Amino acid sequence: MSAQFPALIIVVPLLTAIVVNIAGWVRKSFCFPLALAALTVSFLSAIGLMGRVMAEGDVIYRMAGWDPPWGIALHIDHLNGIILILISLVAILNMIAYRRAVADQLTNRLGAFYSLYLLFVIGLMGIVITGDTFNLYVLLEISSLSGYALLGMGGGRATLSSLQYLFLGTIGASFYLLGIGYLYIVTGSLNMADIAGILPTLESVSVIKVSFILCIVGLFIKMALFPLHTWLPNAYSHAPNPAASLIAPLTTKVMIYVMIRLILTVYQPDFTFIQMEIAELVQWVAVIAIVAGSVLAYKQNKLKRMLAYIIVVEVGYMVGGFWLGNAAGMTGAVLHILNDAMMTLCVFLAAGAVMSRVQFDKFEHLQGLFAKMPFTMIAFVVGALSIIGVPPTCGFFSKWYLISGGINAGHYAFVAALIISSLVNVLLFFRVIEIGYFEPFNTHNGHNHHPKPPMQEASLDMLVPLMITAGLLIAMGIYAHSLVTRFIEPAVLPSLLGSL
Amino acid sequence: MPELIDILIARYNYWVVICLMMIGLYAMMAKNNLIKKIIGMSIFQTAVILFYVSIATKHDASIPIIGHGHNGHHAIHAADYMNPLPHVLMLTAIVVSVATLGVALALAVKAYQQHDTLEEDEIIEQLKTEYLSQ
Repeated sequence: MSAQFPALIIVVPLLTAIVVNIAGWVRKSFCFPLALAALTVSFLSAIGLMGRVMAEGDVIYRMAGWDPPWGIALHIDHLNGIILILISLVAILNMIAYRRAVADQLTNRLGAFYSLYLLFVIGLMGIVITGDTFNLYVLLEISSLSGYALLGMGGGRATLSSLQYLFLGTIGASFYLLGIGYLYIVTGSLNMADIAGILPTLESVSVIKVSFILCIVGLFIKMALFPLHTWLPNAYSHAPNPAASLIAPLTTKVMIYVMIRLILTVYQPDFTFIQMEIAELVQWVAVIAIVAGSVLAYKQNKLKRMLAYIIVVEVGYMVGGFWLGNAAGMTGAVLHILNDAMMTLCVFLAAGAVMSRVQFDKFEHLQGLFAKMPFTMIAFVVGALSIIGVPPTCGFFSKWYLISGGINAGHYAFVAALIISSLVNVLLFFRVIEIGYFEPFNTHNGHNHHPKPPMQEASLDMLVPLMITAGLLIAMGIYAHSLVTRFIEPAVLPSLLGSL
Repeated sequence: MPELIDILIARYNYWVVICLMMIGLYAMMAKNNLIKKIIGMSIFQTAVILFYVSIATKHDASIPIIGHGHNGHHAIHAADYMNPLPHVLMLTAIVVSVATLGVALALAVKAYQQHDTLEEDEIIEQLKTEYLSQ
């Protein structure tokens, strides 16, 4: 049984996605438990796999028994093992939290919603687990297509935003496919480990450089690095809440994982950082992304839109940190993938919980929320502190690694951008907290006494996942050191040894 | 100069792909009509598919089907046959691009139902007035 874990992670939700769609026609109440069960199988398999990787080293699963490079192999090591757990955990928490909201808002599309939800999660997990570059493209499109449909479910403004996202996403994926084509011309192989063995022996470096640039630019569009970020804010802020808080934490982070995988496993760090001579450029793009994203986030007057721009800033952190090219920067980038997924989930869930009670669109509607929804707002504050980077929460530790990586590399502009954006985050979140805490609900002009507004907390099945997420933020902060030494350093350090 | 022309002619398949990609990109960026943008997207994806198909060809090679493959024991020269793998990959990529086209057209239909127009600037104008009236 445990030998089949890599296949189970993908196959069980994939088959359930079909069953859920049929269940949506037969009996709507079956949809949620079925989808949850499938994701739980994935989650448990991912944990089991991680255990095997820690005990025995990398796991290579041959699909249908065919050996690579002819067959398709699933390859699991420390890096993607932990990201598999993260994806399935985020998907499960989000699904439980929005059970009631989905049942109320999308009553007649319940089967379709859960089916797309599962397909999206499978796509991401497939991207993470696969060891084949072309397979990666196909799974990328599976998750993107279901993502476009999920984001477009909101109707109204979401339709056009989703279509614009589709155009840019398709350009990104096609660039990636073209890059893989160039790689195939010179290596004749699609298997990542195989390509990694062939590339250093080749002399036609210019083709490899072209393929590298095409792949990386495609991924930059997909991960919304600053000048290419234009699709993200509209798509995420107009989308229905259950879809936005699934897609916002995961898509950009998985795309950054793909970039890390390509650089560490396929192209090798010394090709990327020494022969390519674009590391400096990418670092500066990341610096601009951080600063510009912070400014744009500050200009927003709606909560969800502000959070969407914060994602643009976070992408700048991870890309910049990784392209510093030293161990601390890379460790910080990988740790920040884990942390940022959890903290984005936390703040988006809190925003969703607030929106389930207050039909708010702008900041003014947040007045008096601490009295009205104390638990939700506590979780929101924990998420906010983590994004700012206050010590007990996990955001501090990844920023610490990123900053020390910046200092090691002597790239002080990156360090400065990180600190400035943290200060801007303080302004952003304390503005929200101030409106929620100090400005009373329903100000009566001329009356000094305000009756305390009744407590209207979000429903319990929304509150419990939110609390778990907030708790995880603190737990990941406390155990940050063991996270780094057990999972991230074994993934990052071996590929840096011998090169650089 | 003659060498340049030689290079252009020898690699004409790449130039065709590049031209098609640029036409597709131009349509996606400059056209205002959503359906025209979708057509541009389709051209863009087709260009990548053509690129893969063209890299599989070899001079004086046959289709990748081995005649009398079952009873003969004669050696097979890879140079006699085209590379079938890119074609197989492109079957999958064509399916993906058809699926993308379907989702894009579905979203365009939905936009038309909501706004009674397919011109992007008119839709954005409608959304703006809707937003200001809130």
